[in-house]
Parts: sequence; C-alpha cells; structure tokens
Amino acid sequence: MLVDFFFLLKRAGLPVSITELLALQGALARNLAGYRVDEFYFLARTCLVKDERHYDRFDRVFGAYVEGADEVFDLLGGDVPDDWLRRQAELLLSDEEKAKIEAEGGWQALMDKLRQRLAEQRERHEGGNRWIGTAGTSPFGAAGYNPEGVRIGQQGGRNRSAVKVWEQREYRNLDSERELGTRNIKLALRKLRRFAREGAADELDLDDTIGATARNAGWLDIRMRPERHNAMKLLLFFDVGGSMDPYVRLCEELFSAARSEFKHLEYYYFHNCVYESVWRDNYRRHAERTPTIEVLRTYGKDYRVIFVGDAAMSPYEITVAGGSIEHWNEEPGTVWMGRILEHFPRAIWLNPEPQRYWPQTASTQIMRELLSDRMFPLTLDGLDDAVHELRRSTIPPLLN
Amino acid sequence: MNKRFEGTATYVAEDDLALAVNAAVTLQRPLLIKGEPGTGKTQLAQEIAEAMGMPLIEWHIKSTTKARQGLYEYDAVARLRDSQLGEERARDIGNYIVRGKLWEAFEAEARPVLLIDEIDKADIEFPNDLLQELDRMEFYVYETQQLVEARHRPVVVITSNNEKELPDAFLRRCFFHYIRFPDRETMAKIVDVHYPDLKKDLLREALEAFFAVRDVPGLKKKPSTSELLDWIKLLVAEDIPASALREKDPRKSIPLMHGALLKNEQDVHLFERLVFLDRRNAR
Repeated sequence: MLVDFFFLLKRAGLPVSITELLALQGALARNLAGYRVDEFYFLARTCLVKDERHYDRFDRVFGAYVEGADEVFDLLGGDVPDDWLRRQAELLLSDEEKAKIEAEGGWQALMDKLRQRLAEQRERHEGGNRWIGTAGTSPFGAAGYNPEGVRIGQQGGRNRSAVKVWEQREYRNLDSERELGTRNIKLALRKLRRFAREGAADELDLDDTIGATARNAGWLDIRMRPERHNAMKLLLFFDVGGSMDPYVRLCEELFSAARSEFKHLEYYYFHNCVYESVWRDNYRRHAERTPTIEVLRTYGKDYRVIFVGDAAMSPYEITVAGGSIEHWNEEPGTVWMGRILEHFPRAIWLNPEPQRYWPQTASTQIMRELLSDRMFPLTLDGLDDAVHELRRSTIPPLLN
Repeated sequence: MNKRFEGTATYVAEDDLALAVNAAVTLQRPLLIKGEPGTGKTQLAQEIAEAMGMPLIEWHIKSTTKARQGLYEYDAVARLRDSQLGEERARDIGNYIVRGKLWEAFEAEARPVLLIDEIDKADIEFPNDLLQELDRMEFYVYETQQLVEARHRPVVVITSNNEKELPDAFLRRCFFHYIRFPDRETMAKIVDVHYPDLKKDLLREALEAFFAVRDVPGLKKKPSTSELLDWIKLLVAEDIPASALREKDPRKSIPLMHGALLKNEQDVHLFERLVFLDRRNAR
C-alpha cells in the first residue's frame, strides 16, 4: 500500500527511489515504527527525504496521503499565501472559545472546513469572523489555527505529539528558493569550475615522482606536469539603472562571488538591452564605450556568457531600430542579441525579478524567446539550473 | 545491540531524532545528519557511543581529505628510505600500509560508532568514492591483495554543514535527519541537562533574551545552542541576577556579556541600532 504513497511523492517532485522505498519497508518489517502514525511519519521522512528543503513538500504529501484524498493533494498544490497567516495580532483563545470550537465538531471538522474554505477563498483577509486570515475570530488564522502552527484547543503536553506534526509544516522556510548570500552564490558558481592542466609541464609532480621512484626500487624518476587551474572563462553583462535599481545588492553579490571564483572573468554594463556598444565604467559611460563588435572579436567562443537584467522595458527597445531610450540605435536590439548569442553558444540570462511576473512583461517574453528559454531567476535554484545549462557541452546555436 | 537510543543524561534527543538513530542502527545504514551549526550534530555520535556502550571512532574531514585515506595509505617514502638503509622490513610491503579510520572501524572487536564529521568539507567526489565501502562494508588492499571485511558493521554517523550538495547515489544509501533548531521548551530541557542547578527565573530571562536576539532580522550569524550554553555559563560564573537581564536603562539594554551570543561585529552594531530605534519608538 505504500506504493501509492511513493507515487504521490514522486508526483510532488520529490526525488525518491526504489532503494529508499525498500529501506522504509525494511524498517517497517523490523517494527521500528510501532503503531503510532507519528512514528511512521518520522520513519518515512528519515528514509525517503534526503534534503531538508524537501521536508515541507513531504509534509504536504503526507498530510494528503493520511487523509486518503487525492483531490486534497491537488488542492494543496496551490499554495496558501504566507501573508494570510502572518500573525499581525496575537489573539489568545479563551477557554470559552476553545469550548466553542469543540462544539463546532472538534479537530477533524475544523480541518475539513478549512480545506473547504481554502477552496472558496481567493483573497487575503483580515478581521471578520468567517474567512481565513489574521486577528479574527474565525477558527482559522492567527492564534486560532493556521497550517503552519496548529495549536488550537490543545492544552498542555508537547504539541508535536498531540497534533499532527506534518500539518505544522515547520520546514516551510527551507523549501528551495532561499535568499542568496555571497557564500551561497559562490557555492553555486563553484560547480561551474572546470579544472584542467594546460600548458607546459613545469610543476614537479611530487606524488608521482615518489611513486615512480619507489616502484623503480630507488632510482630517481622525476615526473613533471602542467599546473592545474580553473579553465572556465566567463563574460558577464550587467543591466544597470532604471528598473534594476532595487536589485543592485543582489547583482553586487553575484558579481563579487563570481569575481572571487573565476580568474578569467570579464564584465560589461548595458542599459535595458545590448546595442552596438557597452561600457565597463558606469561613471564614464558616455565617454568610454566599447563597441560590442569588438567584444565579440576579443573573446573566444569558449567564454560562457551571463546576462543579468530584468528584461523589463518597452518591447520596441528590443525589436525596433531607434528604439533605445538613450540614443539612436541603427540596428534593433534583436540583431545585437542574435550576434552575441551566435558568437557565444553558451549563454544564459539571469533575471532578478520573481519568475511569476515574467509572463506579464512582453519584453521579458521576447528576451526569453531570443535566448531559447535560457532565462533563469536569480535565486539559488535558478542559479543552479543556469550553471547546469552552462556546463552542458553542446547547445544548439541560435539561428536567425 | 537491541538497545534503543533515547538521548543521554547530557544530551536531549527529540523523538524524531531518536527514531532516526534507531532506524539507522537496526537497518545498519549510514545516518546523515544536517542542521544549523551548534545544534549538536557531532556530539550525537559521541552520545550514541556512550548510550549504547560502543567504542567511538572519529574521522574528521578536511578539504584535502581523500576517501582513500580513510581506508589505508601506502607509505612509499618510508619504504624507499628503509630499502636504501638495507633494512629487512622493506621486503614486506605490508609493513608500509598505514590503516585508516574505516579499516580501524572494520577491525574493531565490538561494533563501533564511526563518525565521519563534516563530509561536505571534502571534494565533491569524496562521498562517491566511499559508496562501495559503506555499502558492502569491505574494501580491497591492492598492495597486499587482501580483502578487508567489517567484523561488525559499524554504526556510521555522517554530519554535513550543507556547504556542498551530496551526490544522489550517496544520499540514497543513507538515512537522513535534519536537526531542527530547538523550540523554547526543548531548549529549557537542554539547559537543564547542562546546568541542573540554574535558578528558574534566570533561565526564563536568559531564554527570553536569547530568542529575542535570534529573532532580530538580518543577523549574519544567529546564536545557537552551544552559544546559549556558553553564555549561561558566563552568567552563572559572574553570578548575575535574573533582574539584570531585564535592564530598563537604554544604555544597558544590550544583554550582558553579549559577546558570547553575537560573534560578529556587524551583528553587534545592528543589534545596538535596533535596540536604539526600538527605545525611541517606545517613547
């Protein structure tokens, strides 16, 4: 019967494998879980989940599975917005109120009702006495009941054993897209490193020399090798000014992390879209510009290119000659983007704007199409995907 | 062997952690432990060893550690030197095989606990290199053509600080547990285990201050359990009364001896500024 559960987990995108399912079966066969559903929950989590970022997802699936309702699983796929539940006011339930909740049918009834209302309600709600939200007297919401911290009507004891643990979803904050810090960025970028020994053999390979000498019964046998260094070459284009201002900090973090990780790192700035010239120094950008064509001539195809920008602008700025808001551009942005992408087959775009806003901006869509969908959000997950994409050895070159 | 692990006199293990440990011990699989720094990941192995009466073998991983070093190393230099000096022992290659921690654990008389500490410090490929050894609990010494098998499958505890992602193949073979940061109730228990004679009001005030500091948004390094314990040690040593922690004077509003809790200059500044703003708003 665990097979159903296993497939539910798979469907929810948890990386579970048969080995792990068998381990869980083995553990159950050894009677490790006893007969309490709590223990089964802990055991299943220990066996099946291998990353704390997946705890939250696992909790949701487990909740749905235990309820035995597939529909609920689908319903919970859509998220309960966090700010509904953020406690803005602490409202402690009196004994009287707790009694009232009991009268309404107790725990189980509440839970069903919550699901039902979640399905009805589509907006954030505060106050009042029916909808889910904060500071109200509806049984659902702050201090009364919320899926993050279920503490209703449970007196004394450790609520973890008294109330359904998975319903609390304590691991919520750990689910994927956590904030980026330089350290995290560095670790993500580190996967891009590609060590290679290149050039002349000018370094003494001590281990190999000793090994060879020892194997040679003492006759000195010197071995040399070329120095090992990171052969990854990176070319960064940063969008600056305007709508990018809120993301300056994020971009700075990315930049400083990239700088410390890669020896071959070149960078240029642009505004909104890349046209016939880019610049390296924002203070002197009108005086000192580098023609884009020169950039293409200077750096070889082995450079990986990362664009960083929100791609939010008027669509004309990309598609029409003279569309730029700063100067008269002879050729439209699409032509220049096409040239860059043709020259550097391995290029991606990192977008600091949350991914859910992308479809609302026409220019973002155009840019995405230009890059054959190689646009990633500037989050840890997105960066991981981007790095993965950049590491792929062959990418079909963009035509047109 | 069939003893269940339930924490010890000096270690508070929550139900889910105890269950994970028992599952790993019974099913003889490695247990991978993650969690915030200072939540007692490394200590867990020591406590399991103590609670179950097993010997503990610790293998601390560094960035330069190679998987092979855990098995054995062939000291070719020593052999070379000995052979030049004409020593008899140079003839037997077995004299120059230096045993690693894993070998030690495999050869142990009783079933040991093997701690592989901070596995994420090592190279990305490190866990992959140990797959077979941890799975089958055996390895082959090529120099002496000898198969080393575990006499008793050790209880393997692996800790990670999340600096690198571990390979899937490795994860599939492990049980996993993430040590959650303790809530107030558990924290009180933990402090109680370490300082049984602590006055109730001091404990309450200290926890209050501690969780308040942890809740400050934007701290670079949040204080952890071990820092709380250090701090309380200081408070006890200085014999500070509980009332002093509830200081109303704005100039003294930073918790006393905050150096034990905040380890970062910017964090202290940030904290001072927030407290200052807070005071001003309160007026």
